[in-house]
Amino acid sequence: MLYLTGFIYYTPPYPGVRERTDNNVYNILKVESLTDSIYLMDVEAPRVAKTCLPGQFVIVRDSEDGERIPLTICDYSREKGTITIVFQVVGAATEMMSSLKTGDSFTDFVGPLGCPSELVNEDIDTLKNKKILFVAGGVGTAPVYPQVKWLHEQGVSADVIIGGRTKDLIILEEQMKAVAGNLYITTDDGSYGSKGVVTNEIQKLVDAGNQYDVCIAIGPMIMMKFVCKLTKELEIPTVVSLNPIMVDGTGMCGACRVTVGDEVKFACVDGPEFDGHKVNFDEAMKRQQIYKTAEGRAYLAAKEGATHHGGCGNCGGDK
Amino acid sequence: MDVMTKVPVREQEAEKRAKNFEEVCYGYSAEEAMAEAARCINCKNKPCVGGCPVAIDIPAFIAQVKEGNFAEAFNIISKSSALPAVCGRVCPQETQCEGKCIRGIKGDPVSIGKLERFVADWARENGIKPEPAKEKNGYKVAVIGSGPSGLTCAGDLAKMGYDVTIFEALHEPGGVLVYGIPEFRLPKAAVVKKEIENVTALGVKIETNVVVGKSVTIDSLIEDEGFDAVFIGSGAGLPKFMGIPGENSNGVFSANEYLTRSNLMKAYEDGSNTPIMAGRKVAVVGGGNVAMDAARTALRLGAETHIVYRRSEEELPARVEEVHHAKEEGIIFDLLTNPTEILADENGWVCGMKCVKMELGEPDESGRRRPVVIPDSEYTMEVDVVVMSLGTSPNPLISSTTEGLETNKWKCIVADEANGKTTKEGVYAGGDAVTGAATVILAMGAGKAAAQGIDEYIKSHK
Repeated sequence: MLYLTGFIYYTPPYPGVRERTDNNVYNILKVESLTDSIYLMDVEAPRVAKTCLPGQFVIVRDSEDGERIPLTICDYSREKGTITIVFQVVGAATEMMSSLKTGDSFTDFVGPLGCPSELVNEDIDTLKNKKILFVAGGVGTAPVYPQVKWLHEQGVSADVIIGGRTKDLIILEEQMKAVAGNLYITTDDGSYGSKGVVTNEIQKLVDAGNQYDVCIAIGPMIMMKFVCKLTKELEIPTVVSLNPIMVDGTGMCGACRVTVGDEVKFACVDGPEFDGHKVNFDEAMKRQQIYKTAEGRAYLAAKEGATHHGGCGNCGGDK
Repeated sequence: MDVMTKVPVREQEAEKRAKNFEEVCYGYSAEEAMAEAARCINCKNKPCVGGCPVAIDIPAFIAQVKEGNFAEAFNIISKSSALPAVCGRVCPQETQCEGKCIRGIKGDPVSIGKLERFVADWARENGIKPEPAKEKNGYKVAVIGSGPSGLTCAGDLAKMGYDVTIFEALHEPGGVLVYGIPEFRLPKAAVVKKEIENVTALGVKIETNVVVGKSVTIDSLIEDEGFDAVFIGSGAGLPKFMGIPGENSNGVFSANEYLTRSNLMKAYEDGSNTPIMAGRKVAVVGGGNVAMDAARTALRLGAETHIVYRRSEEELPARVEEVHHAKEEGIIFDLLTNPTEILADENGWVCGMKCVKMELGEPDESGRRRPVVIPDSEYTMEVDVVVMSLGTSPNPLISSTTEGLETNKWKCIVADEANGKTTKEGVYAGGDAVTGAATVILAMGAGKAAAQGIDEYIKSHK
């Protein structure tokens, strides 16, 4: 649930006039690096942990002048009042976030936002009779996990495909194995599991006689687009979880608008999950690019600092 | 000095301010304020007080300003208003207090807004804060939203001795005062933050990052967290779009998004972590105060900026002062013009906007003459950013998660205007969440009325 984010640069902060209570000191209790670029954190956020459900997300800020970053909830503990988040470093803001250590805290951590997965509202017996397939791509494995876990706790076992470019980008395999029915791994380069992309695996499973009633695909927009293209042909209803650009996450700004069928929806309050066969992915992918250029330049400038003298061909160096 | 003419207020030069985000109006000095205060004839009927939604005793505070007793003037204002430095800057005085001023019949009305601003700024600079209640009464009230209505309601209840907690969805308190109104009209650190500190000095607690309807519900606040009453001041946060083709192209923003990026997230500052698309040529669609704010922000970010509005100048809903400032700064007004389609290049980026010219026909239900399309008037405006500023409606997050809370067909919460009472016991509401998008001061008036309503409710039921 990440998009490239802006340039970290400290301007004098504008500290809020607010009360810090037990409810809003967002301490980081655990940091684990799942791969070179993907991190897992357990964060104290009792209000969020009390009411969140699979499919929902949070928005975090790591400093007083940090950007608001939406992240899906990977796991939660009502007893401990903690939320587990997983994120991939894709820009300056997430890189900053990756430098946080156990004992540090987030400045802001708000949620749960968005609607829970439709599964949680369904009748358990109906669910038990359904054959459910989850397709997780890269860091999208994180939001798939709580749904599979929730189903497992209700006595429903779902099949899961985890796909990644290469072995090092496959995350949460052990955790998923513990809660999934059948688990299939694919890598683009064949370094682990079957070689190929997730759509090859779906086709293989269907060809082998598996009949799925519903597919839930979460991962990069391009992966979800191709999964939906295939499942439409295979006539498997498919739900996707979208990760557009957001600011407030409460329906206020409309940055996350997405065309679903012939309607414009706000992913933050109407989603993030939608009927994948109705989503206009081409438009959604274009909209994800809105700040890419600005962010790319800022990221380069931040990373290279004084050594960056316009080598990117765009920014005119330090100016 | 000519008593018919108000003391002019100093402003940053238009040419200079069009390139920065510093405050446009400098406000009165002490001498200027005293001279302007002397123009008040202290008339018997005080029509100005009736024109003020929070009924500040205007002649009384002006009399103190005239004598140079600024601290006493601040005490008088504070009895009625929790946010005078804000109101002195953003209230539409011309249709309220100043619109009713007797001086205004033959000459300029007394500059009540600028005097209020002077007094509030003076008090802040001299470290004067309102006094908290001497005794707490032990009852807990939850206030949803830290915008003008919530802050006012919370401040009034705290003064009566209530234990008040404000729940704010964003990371910064202030509501529209921090995400909506730009720095050059309402400085955030210097004015808004200090004004909010005055409310917390009364004992009000503010918990940020709580989305009511998601993190907690109205019912859980009452049942699990022990609040005796709740005030909903959650505003009108949902942006409207036109529903024309191409509106999801890259470069089309709601005014809410554009302004939130600039104001709350400080995207206008160099090195801000949150980006904003400045654009080379920006069209802001709409004619209200928010449209003026968005246009003047785009201009300051360096774009050639147009206001595109389907009626004529006379019908512009924005305050005259805002339109005047916008024009001075170089905003181009394309009036009687209505967009019909946003054009995008092959990568989805906005490259133009198709518009038609309009003329005014017969009056419609709003009493304003209805704009009618002139046949064959279509043309294409070359733009790279379009900001839609067509108004907002209340966010359904609270009403959809609260049983027994009635809303009307515009999704506005149904509440009694006199005391803010809703259809759910112990729950009160006011501001834009009830009226739809209106002004800061009307929201404050509603917050004030609801504080009275809540006080009466708790005293009679507990």
